[in-house]
Amino acid sequence: MKKTSSTFYLLLIPVLLWLIVLIVVPHMDLMFKSFRLETDEGNMIFSLNNYLTFFQDEIYWLTFVKTALYSIFVTFLAFVVTFPVAFYLTKVIGKQYSGFMTLLLLIPIWIGELVTVYGWMILLRDNGVINNFLMKIGLINSPIEMLFTNFSMTIGLLYMSMLFMIVPMMSALDSLDDSLIEAASDLGASKWTIFRQIIIPYTTPGIVSGGIIVFMLVIGDFVAPNILGGKSSLWFTEQIYNKFLASFNWEEGAAFGFLLLLLSSIIIWVALKLTGQKLERVGS
Amino acid sequence: MSYVLEIKNVTKKFGDFKAVDSVSFNVEDGGFFSILGGSGCGKTTLLRMISGFEEVTHGDLLVRGKSMEAIPPERRPVNIIFQNLALFPMMNVEKNVAFGLQRQRLPKKEVNTRVEEMLERVGLTGFEKKKVTELSGGQRQRVAIARSLVLNPSILLLDEPLGALDRKLREHMKIELKMLQKEIGTTFIYITHDQSEALVMSDRVAVMNQGRFEQIDTPKNLYKNPKTSFVAGFVGESNEFDVTGYADGILTTKHGYKLNKPDLDFQPKKLFMRPEAFILNPTEELEDIELIEMKVKTILFDGSNTKISATIKQSQDEVLIALPQNAQFEDLQEGDDVQAGIHYDDIKCYRD
Amino acid sequence: MIRTLPRSPLYITGYRIYILLFYIFLIMPLITICVLAFNDSNFIALPWMGFSLDWFFANTDERLGLFKDPDLLLSVWTSLQTGFLVALFSTIVGTIAALLFENEKFRLKGLLYFLALSPLVIPGVVLGISILLSATNAGIYLEETFGIDIEILAPSFWLVVIGQFSFCSTFVMLLVGARLKKFDPVLEEAALSLRATKLQVIWLITIPFLRSAIIGAFVVAFLISFSNFNTTIFLVGSDPTLPVDLYSRIKFSSTPVLNAVSFMIVSFITLSAMVNFAMNRNRE
Repeated sequence: MKKTSSTFYLLLIPVLLWLIVLIVVPHMDLMFKSFRLETDEGNMIFSLNNYLTFFQDEIYWLTFVKTALYSIFVTFLAFVVTFPVAFYLTKVIGKQYSGFMTLLLLIPIWIGELVTVYGWMILLRDNGVINNFLMKIGLINSPIEMLFTNFSMTIGLLYMSMLFMIVPMMSALDSLDDSLIEAASDLGASKWTIFRQIIIPYTTPGIVSGGIIVFMLVIGDFVAPNILGGKSSLWFTEQIYNKFLASFNWEEGAAFGFLLLLLSSIIIWVALKLTGQKLERVGS
Repeated sequence: MSYVLEIKNVTKKFGDFKAVDSVSFNVEDGGFFSILGGSGCGKTTLLRMISGFEEVTHGDLLVRGKSMEAIPPERRPVNIIFQNLALFPMMNVEKNVAFGLQRQRLPKKEVNTRVEEMLERVGLTGFEKKKVTELSGGQRQRVAIARSLVLNPSILLLDEPLGALDRKLREHMKIELKMLQKEIGTTFIYITHDQSEALVMSDRVAVMNQGRFEQIDTPKNLYKNPKTSFVAGFVGESNEFDVTGYADGILTTKHGYKLNKPDLDFQPKKLFMRPEAFILNPTEELEDIELIEMKVKTILFDGSNTKISATIKQSQDEVLIALPQNAQFEDLQEGDDVQAGIHYDDIKCYRD
Repeated sequence: MIRTLPRSPLYITGYRIYILLFYIFLIMPLITICVLAFNDSNFIALPWMGFSLDWFFANTDERLGLFKDPDLLLSVWTSLQTGFLVALFSTIVGTIAALLFENEKFRLKGLLYFLALSPLVIPGVVLGISILLSATNAGIYLEETFGIDIEILAPSFWLVVIGQFSFCSTFVMLLVGARLKKFDPVLEEAALSLRATKLQVIWLITIPFLRSAIIGAFVVAFLISFSNFNTTIFLVGSDPTLPVDLYSRIKFSSTPVLNAVSFMIVSFITLSAMVNFAMNRNRE
């Protein structure tokens, strides 16, 4: 190969600066901070206290477990809801319509979480659109309490995650040649068998990569649980938010942040092992 | 006579466009039948109707006497080998070949035995656990064939399967396919645009053009006695001439050359003469021969396929003539005069 | 299943209904707030009290319309400025990163690439708190050691820009990189053989090729920045961005002006998406 030219360094240096200053260092700081404790004299000492707090105080790790389980659930739900749509847009309708309909799917992402969650809030309120509609057509007599429940929080999370789930799945399905489906049918497979033995195995890498993105998005989300969830639906990310912006206990907040990162990575690693996927394959 | 496939007035319309126009033919059991035609002639559409992936607009399709109208592809006794082979990339060779058998819920032992047998038949023993993505073009071909044949279909449909292979491999596969068909006995219906494939492998060939069959015949007859000008021009090589008049047994071509052609009972518009039908400098007295004086313009050397381009002295028409590569014509040079003879029967004339 | 496989009419109709329901679910929250933006009422939800443009333009004690609300307009302006700057910086650095990873080979490439991708899977919350920590540490260190007080290291406009830049660059890198993969290296070699320097090749050949991808990435970065909340919330100073402002209003003092703001956002995004789509269609 040619010897390293000045162009190389010109390219390397900005990137190195970006990555080191804005990614490596902050996360190291985060890690260090999480091991710090302020003594009564105001000194900072090394301590595992912050982590112990997490494990000892029921509310913290219970909240985390609940958050993690819910996130897995929402991820799964997002897959189930969006797969038929992804299939429809890539395999069933022609290219002239699918472009437009895909565009419609992307618009809520650009609009942003805050506005869409707000929209759900309006819809699900006691005097919101849905309750009004149900009462008008006589299905119910008094408003169903839908807001500030786990239900409303799930809807908000699902709404955001389905959009991010659908794109990797569409791209995986796009590369699945129709002739594979036809060949399977020709060899005697029913539609269900084709789905189970041809379509799903082929698109599994796409599903898994979509699932990872969605899982991390949901578990780290703040807006939807905070605005749509009620008192009982504590979300772990809210804890971090509180530590940093309300109680100013940055040390504990750092520990929690790091735990979030660590534990969700472990969950993803387990999921990858279970579905037999390799990180590199999914990464593409 | 029992036919394995009967096609009765089958038409396929896409909107107003007739991709297949009222086609009828029968295929005998156990033979190698080809449909030959250029792109867009409708052969792929016809194949997909037989396999069940296109609906028939009008007409009927019968396999062993039973109508296929309401029967979906997965339940027809017909299997298809796709142009891109459509091997399942996430399964190995074994699983690909076993796929169809497993759909029939056969006991595991039987599935394994039949898979092994079929792999041996196609010469892929030992390849069971290989991923299909690791195989060469020819090997993938054979997996596709094994996968379909292991199900003992009444008819095996092949959609231009040799297109992706390089020349030498293609030649080799042509012979392999032909022998495989003879050995196993399943009826093969093969579609292609390559006439060499159709001629070499088939018992009978149908030449298709714009949704219709121009001629169904044995390869030899198609070649020697093309019934329409399309077939004459499509199968094998030919020198083609426009005919402006025919009277008293004499044809007049566009540029004024006159040929003897007795016993025609219609007004022809086109005339075809094959390069290899000409006899250069005939020494004996042959009967029913038309003699043409020509001058050699260029010699196109191509091994056994060598031709000369010669000009008819009287009209300056150019004609391609096959040049036998034996000692007789070794000294032939450009600019030489030659006399080309052609049997009247080899001057093919058509109405349009 | 795909069109070439026979399907029962029940299956086809059922599938279509599902897709329709899905799209209704998708559009519901957005349509609701857009319509309610014109509600002549002091409350954000139903009942519908008639059509009014008050929430855009009124300036009374009771109702403060969007365009007359200085705080709201300021946060819009802040978001626009932030978005533009973030898009600018991350497009530059992201493009450089794409060029670096695609064209150069060096020892730590794998590790660096992994770091560059990490913002995709690290929850926004964690990115936010880590940068907050680092900046605060740096600020304290500089003040104590050198006595200088750097404003941008405290929660502020520029800290937001820095924080958003750290992950937007990743998106740019991926978008530009995808296009770069389709670039035929032969073109570069041809230019080099014609005596261009490596730098000239990048500037005159590669970048123009990437032009549409770079512009697209710029827009994407802008939109991501504009709508971002999870990371931004930790870094805002006295001038909130629009999402942050909206959040506090939703939580504490909601008036229908929120509907009006949402309407503007939804219409703007939808319109631009349609225009972009139409333009791409014409080009084909």
